[in-house]
Amino acid sequence: MFLGRVIGHVVPAVVYEGMEGVPLLWVQPLDKHGEPEGKPFVCADSTRMAGPDEMVYWEASREAALTLEPSYVPVDHAVVGLVNDLQLDEKNGGDA
Amino acid sequence: MILARVAGRITSTIHHPDMTGRKLLVLDKLDAQGQSTGAYVIAVDTVGAGAGETVIMLDEGNGARQILGVANMPVRSVVVGIVDQIPG
Repeated sequence: MFLGRVIGHVVPAVVYEGMEGVPLLWVQPLDKHGEPEGKPFVCADSTRMAGPDEMVYWEASREAALTLEPSYVPVDHAVVGLVNDLQLDEKNGGDA
Repeated sequence: MILARVAGRITSTIHHPDMTGRKLLVLDKLDAQGQSTGAYVIAVDTVGAGAGETVIMLDEGNGARQILGVANMPVRSVVVGIVDQIPG
């Protein structure tokens, strides 16, 4: 899993069967310090609770589809959970 | 599996139900010499690893689900061992 930040929403007009009601977010992937790293992608939100600017942790590929029920949906990125707190150990290059 | 070092942790209250009670560690991926590669991953801890420890991480979904014993769990990365030493 990796860190990300919700930077927007995507509102679909038509979705694949099984995706009804699943929120789709624009997520900016982050490095371990919470700084943007890489390109944003569209991400399904299995928690259905992520809000704007929220820090999340996401999965990709098969594990992304497994966050949803049914899991045979065409999803390749999904939010697994919302980050309450990110604590980095100072000695290992973290500065929380 | 790969070598990694525990760099921190994240806490989460709103998450997929299968993640309840799981300890989530921020790991720095290491090369064979024990140096950070610059990449990181967040993994489920199954061995009680602490900050700064060098660990072995499995980054494969099927194996991760077997270790955690939960079918269809949306996890790929699990800490499976703590390294005492790397000889040589």
